[in-house]
Amino acid sequence: MIDQASVPSLNPMFRLQWEPAQQAHVLLYPEGMVRLNGPAGEILARVDGQRPVERIIAELALKFPEAEGIDGDILEFLAEAAQQNWVQL
Amino acid sequence: MAGSSCNGAPSLEAVPSHGQPFWLLAELTYKCPLQCPYCSNPLDFAGHDGELSTAEWIEVFRQGRELGAVQLGFSGGEPLVRQDLIELIREARQLGYYSNLITSGVGLNERKVAEFREAGLDHIQVSFQAADDEVNAMLSGSKKAFEQKLRIAREVKAQGYPMVLNFVTHRHNIDRIDRIIELCVELQADYVELATCQYYGWAYENRQQLLPTRAQLERAERITNEYRDKLAAEGNPIQLIFVTPDYYEERPKGCMNGWGQVFLTVTPDGTALPCHSARMLPIEFPNVREQSLEQIWHRSTGFNHFRGDDWMQEPCRSCDEKEKDFGGCRCQAFMMTGDAAATDPVCSKSPHHDQIVSARRQAELGSIESEFIYRNERNSRVFYKG
Repeated sequence: MIDQASVPSLNPMFRLQWEPAQQAHVLLYPEGMVRLNGPAGEILARVDGQRPVERIIAELALKFPEAEGIDGDILEFLAEAAQQNWVQL
Repeated sequence: MAGSSCNGAPSLEAVPSHGQPFWLLAELTYKCPLQCPYCSNPLDFAGHDGELSTAEWIEVFRQGRELGAVQLGFSGGEPLVRQDLIELIREARQLGYYSNLITSGVGLNERKVAEFREAGLDHIQVSFQAADDEVNAMLSGSKKAFEQKLRIAREVKAQGYPMVLNFVTHRHNIDRIDRIIELCVELQADYVELATCQYYGWAYENRQQLLPTRAQLERAERITNEYRDKLAAEGNPIQLIFVTPDYYEERPKGCMNGWGQVFLTVTPDGTALPCHSARMLPIEFPNVREQSLEQIWHRSTGFNHFRGDDWMQEPCRSCDEKEKDFGGCRCQAFMMTGDAAATDPVCSKSPHHDQIVSARRQAELGSIESEFIYRNERNSRVFYKG
């Protein structure tokens, strides 16, 4: 279970950037790339080693007021991202 | 590696049937201080001079980025030979590339590793020939290279780069795979490519001395799997990538994810290729000095040659696996059958599959007593003159 006060950061072995040619955020690593879907990109773009999880949730809830259960989705994705070693919690 | 797909919508007005060149490989030079007998450079590299200038490379990078390329590899030869490397790194970063320096480590020092980081280089891949001094020296033709590589690998990690260590494996080093993996763990590699030698160019000439036996391979794969489990249990994030050689398969590899689909190589003299071996094929390939990358990628004969499946012959044409392996590797087909449109002989359905079977049998009989043909200027001139 992720502590909402914890501050996630991107694993420095990865680089996140917006790719205009793909209209998507991508996670780059040696000789490879993960193309992120919209929600995943929105979350990872806020993982900066400064925002705690609760603030990431609050920001996205404000940006996407129509999305129900957004906090559960965010926590689930962050757990998955930590599992993949993209994010350090 | 380089296995991720890239299916984003192309930004060009005419929507092409193929994707973007996700990977741009810049072979900056054919010059190299080492002489590995499995080098992927063309046999006749000594006959291709006239390297692209700094400004020409920067223009290639700009055009590649416009086409949607994300990964940029600085390769060679030994890319460190180019005195303008740092300028190229800086430009690549500004354009938004993820840049990879693919190097032997020879010619690198602490100062350069730090300067390249500062200029925006994302990753350094150091290639090793073996996990010990003696075999490394035998294969690379350099007595000092091994110690230098160790020093550089440590420095790469100290500077905070992600690091890939690449070992080309073959019958002379594959039995020491445990030692290779342990060395990589010790050096704190993030990824390890245990890449079984691919038999093109110089490696094809030296195949009898390089091809391991099936038993050697199976043992190496088993040991690699044991290390994977052990390292994962210890919480070590190191990733071991074991590349099996197609000579021990019954179906060919889906070479380059398909011809002209995701990969674009530019050679030192500006020739654009769908893969770094393709130069050997009897096909005219475009040059970045004469055409834009956009023309080259979408409209050149060279890049359209083996796109789709109209070019296929039997048994590929009616095969239900053609979408998966695209008939295999065009270079391998050409080297072994003389016909670049033939089925890759690795496939057991190929009428030329007996050549693969006989290479395996020869590997069982043991290495013949002849010497390696080393990849160097002198030997290359022999191939250049034909």
